[in-house]
Amino acid sequence: MIPQERLEETVREQGAWVVATLARTLGSLDLAEDAVQEAAVAALRAWPRTGVPDDPRAWLTVTARRKAYDMLRREAARPGKESAAGRELPGAVADPAEEVTAMTEPSSVSRDDMLRLVFTCCHPALSLEARIALALRTLARLEVAAIARAFLVPEATMAKRLVRARQKIAAARIPYRVPSDSELPERLPAVLAVVHLIATEAHAPTGGEEVARVDLETEAVRLARLLGELMPGEPEVLSLLSLLLFTSARRPARTGEDGAPVLLADQDRSRWDRAKIREAAALLAEAVRRSGGKAGPYQLQAHLSACHSTAPSWDNTDWDRIVGLYDLLLSLSANPAVALNRAVAVGERDGPAAMLAAVDALPAQPRSQLWHAARADALQRLERLEEAQHELLTAVDLASTGPERRLLARRLTVLLTSPHPGHGH
Amino acid sequence: MALYAALLYYSEDGGWMGREHLAEHSRFLADQGAGEVIRGWQALCPAGTAATITVGGGLGGNVVVTDGPYAEAKEVLGGFYLLEAADLDEAIRWAARIPTAWRGKIEVRPVLPVNPPAGRP
Repeated sequence: MIPQERLEETVREQGAWVVATLARTLGSLDLAEDAVQEAAVAALRAWPRTGVPDDPRAWLTVTARRKAYDMLRREAARPGKESAAGRELPGAVADPAEEVTAMTEPSSVSRDDMLRLVFTCCHPALSLEARIALALRTLARLEVAAIARAFLVPEATMAKRLVRARQKIAAARIPYRVPSDSELPERLPAVLAVVHLIATEAHAPTGGEEVARVDLETEAVRLARLLGELMPGEPEVLSLLSLLLFTSARRPARTGEDGAPVLLADQDRSRWDRAKIREAAALLAEAVRRSGGKAGPYQLQAHLSACHSTAPSWDNTDWDRIVGLYDLLLSLSANPAVALNRAVAVGERDGPAAMLAAVDALPAQPRSQLWHAARADALQRLERLEEAQHELLTAVDLASTGPERRLLARRLTVLLTSPHPGHGH
Repeated sequence: MALYAALLYYSEDGGWMGREHLAEHSRFLADQGAGEVIRGWQALCPAGTAATITVGGGLGGNVVVTDGPYAEAKEVLGGFYLLEAADLDEAIRWAARIPTAWRGKIEVRPVLPVNPPAGRP
């Protein structure tokens, strides 16, 4: 008996490749999705009895194609309906064994199909929300319910989002093709942003009680690895995977015993996953070699992560290099979160007065809980405790998740019970 | 092939379609291959000439006319091209050549095929 989980894993892993091929041969992503869904159900019913076939992808492809033909026939047979959107009905289905031999595509063809699928699901004409949903459903083959849970929306909302995204692909005729080399610099960022955002949501959930979401992190790394396979040697793809692994390596040390997040400064660095850090560093080195001295945004972020991951402690971190990397990152695009991190790094390099000046120099909007918490930190070190308290209270008010509020509340308690309490209150 | 409307939005702060801007559009219309893609085009008068109409309750209901464009936005609709392209990427490639693209923004939208394709002349 094969464990159910392994069956599901096989079906999931092969499913995206089958969707990719059928979307091309059937000319409809929608139809391919529905057919592969039905084929997956059939596989999970048949394989416990027959065992997993030698070539599960071929089995799924043949089955899904038959399901698609059945769907087209049913659609065509409906009274008052013209042949579905002018699609041609295929002829009789050949003998399954022959069909498997005939359709075993060379790997470069399925690779191109998967690239087409990636660039269609992550087309910049789709909203980032829609791209993320499609990537997790179509590429990572997560169930709609699981994606909805991960993004804390009702399942019906996520299902509707996916339907709208697929409708837009069809209505606007978002093409099913790989961008040319000249288009790639415009198209690749839209793909990388999707994977990065899934990882960010895993690393710093915008809601809920967990400090990090392992499930989403696994999916993000899996997608980044897939991109690496599809576009070998692409520097920003290597850098993104490197960045995700650096972050993932720190996860064991990120949650305290009380469930509150532990800041990088306070983490027990012996709990970091050294094997992951080594892999991330090797990927980054490869990205540097291949980028010809022109670092993209993900390479800069991976360098930042590498700096922290190789520093023996928070105090013995190369803050000068970190400030320099943030400057480069900000020169590529303005980003309030990056600017705030830069201000913190300036503080570590030049002291709390410089940090306060850097924090205050940031634009007034938007001032997040992170901004107030950073300002509190600078004020506390300058022993301006009353003002620090005030900033921390504002930060607690603005914090949107439980773990974040707990972390800030704990800092507030420490501040209130410190040996030099502020006056008043 | 599919039809797309390329809607031309730009800020009226710098004045309406100037001589230079219009000359660029003329050159765009004469571009190689443009004849096969551009199925129609119109430029609109300034947004200040617009009236916005809404009817309460259905046909024959109360007609309410207000001055100006529907949405008071910084960027206004200045005209449109009707593009016939194989897919969105081809439409985007042409939209990126429309001279308003670097003076403002082009919104590309598929045209709703209300008539069955066979019914078109």
